[in-house]
Amino acid sequence: MTRRRSPWLLIVTALVYVFLYAPIIVLIVFSFNASRTNVVFEGVVNQGDCGAFYWFCQLGRNRELVAAARNTFSVAAASTLASTAIGTMAALALQRYKFPGKAYSEVSLYIPIVIPEIVMGVGLLVLYSALFGFINNTFGLTGDNRLSLGLGTVILSHIAFSVPFVALVVRARLQGFDKAVEEAAMDLYANEWTTFWRVTLPIIFPGVMSGALLAFTLSLDDFIITFFTTGPGGTTLPIYVYGLLRRVTTPELNALATVWIVIVFVVLMLSQLAGRRSEAH
Amino acid sequence: MAIEQPALRVDAPPRTRWQGILLALPVTLLMTVLLVVPLLIIGVNSFAQRGPDNAIIYNFSLNNYLRLLGIAEPGTWDTLYIGILIRSLWLAFQSTVLVILVGYPLAYFIARAPRRQRNFWLFLVLVPLWTNFVIRVYAWIMILRNQGVLNSLLGWFAGLFGLPFTPLDLYPSDLAVLICMVYEFLPFMILPMFTSLEKIDDSLYEAAADLGANAWHTFWRVTFPLSLPGIVAGTILVFIPVMGTFIVSDILGGRQVILVGNLIQRQFLDARDPVFGSAATIVLMVLTLAVTLYYTRKFGFAEEAFGR
Repeated sequence: MTRRRSPWLLIVTALVYVFLYAPIIVLIVFSFNASRTNVVFEGVVNQGDCGAFYWFCQLGRNRELVAAARNTFSVAAASTLASTAIGTMAALALQRYKFPGKAYSEVSLYIPIVIPEIVMGVGLLVLYSALFGFINNTFGLTGDNRLSLGLGTVILSHIAFSVPFVALVVRARLQGFDKAVEEAAMDLYANEWTTFWRVTLPIIFPGVMSGALLAFTLSLDDFIITFFTTGPGGTTLPIYVYGLLRRVTTPELNALATVWIVIVFVVLMLSQLAGRRSEAH
Repeated sequence: MAIEQPALRVDAPPRTRWQGILLALPVTLLMTVLLVVPLLIIGVNSFAQRGPDNAIIYNFSLNNYLRLLGIAEPGTWDTLYIGILIRSLWLAFQSTVLVILVGYPLAYFIARAPRRQRNFWLFLVLVPLWTNFVIRVYAWIMILRNQGVLNSLLGWFAGLFGLPFTPLDLYPSDLAVLICMVYEFLPFMILPMFTSLEKIDDSLYEAAADLGANAWHTFWRVTFPLSLPGIVAGTILVFIPVMGTFIVSDILGGRQVILVGNLIQRQFLDARDPVFGSAATIVLMVLTLAVTLYYTRKFGFAEEAFGR
């Protein structure tokens, strides 16, 4: 296909890509900055054992940051597992069955998608405070035994906001599902359980995987809901970075951004390649 | 959406109800406890009163809402909070329009690129989206601040031509907030727009050309109407989060730009006035739902938003 494209379109497109990538490039370049205040680029840092990668080494020594990174991945992993399971079940229920209260389930699943995140965040904060206050008072819990906001509440909240997205993606996959395949399995004397594991699940699996990937991304990126539901010991990377932005920033933060970008890039590349492979089969 | 297909075969396995109930049980429980109940509490609290030592007194009145409207004290009109609401709506509107204008050429370019290249160009749109939201805000501080990247570049250019140059005062400012919002949410517009544009058959463009339409006519008569579902979907995906985001204005707006998100956050965490915060939350929710509903009614519901 040879089609002449207007030069204006090409120019504008190039400019938009520059807009998309300028901040990324700035983040990466400044992670090698010799200047601690990091306002102006004062040459490539060459300090300590790590030389140009000085700020990256500082990153690894920063305990707070390492803990935040660990929290971020635990939260993302735990909430992705739970929300993928619950979301897939919900998609199956809503797409294929009739049951009392179906309309309610359906509406409650759409709400988080159409309201600003802050509404859900504030709601969860109020719920947890009320619940924990009640439990702590009733059982006379004091000191370390008291229930409080932290990693647990963050995970629970992440599950709640990612389930609707998983359900949506899996439902989209179920919509193009040919039921005849299942019926064929049944005709061949597979029971419903076997049919599900051997026929249904493998067919909808790409949908389940993209749902899981979406849930993982949403969890890694989330700031607002985590902000309202986190507490001692529950600091994730976005919360940690927000704290830095309000105080003081060094090229260390850029080094963190660079590491993040490289990881994301590699993961995205791999998933693209995997996707291409499964398409080829 | 969920149209039940009638069973074509008499001996098709019956879908027993209890399986549906069991499958839907976890999600219904989860959403009830973590979404519906909290929203109900917020709703009830918004009519309550703030008591001494941060207690909530369940003595119901419309006071919090009247305070938001600025008519709590008879005879005076305090426009502080109304101003914040209008400013948030205005910023969300500006951001959405700008995102459409900036995103459209790119989405069009990708949709019209040779099929094998499309994934690559889309991939390039997604990479920035995957770097963390908060880190991207930080990137814009680095670019926009007084001695930042943009001013250094401009200063260098000006020096090249021997022109006088005073650094632009962009951070903190309203403009910085707007730029960052556009940047943060651009991919959310490009993806659904691309989905719509990609569906347009090449033969339509050829037909338009055969019938003597020039590029301008082809765009307004063929391309644009057919891409409308994508624009609607993208608008919803951009407008809703911009309305509720408080971190961009918090970091890039200095103390000047206060949006409804900042107002809510401060009521709950700094000012410790959760009943007033609840009223603001309910107003924000109703406002976004109303705008979204009006918009989708007008332009048709966009399945595109969620299909991909």
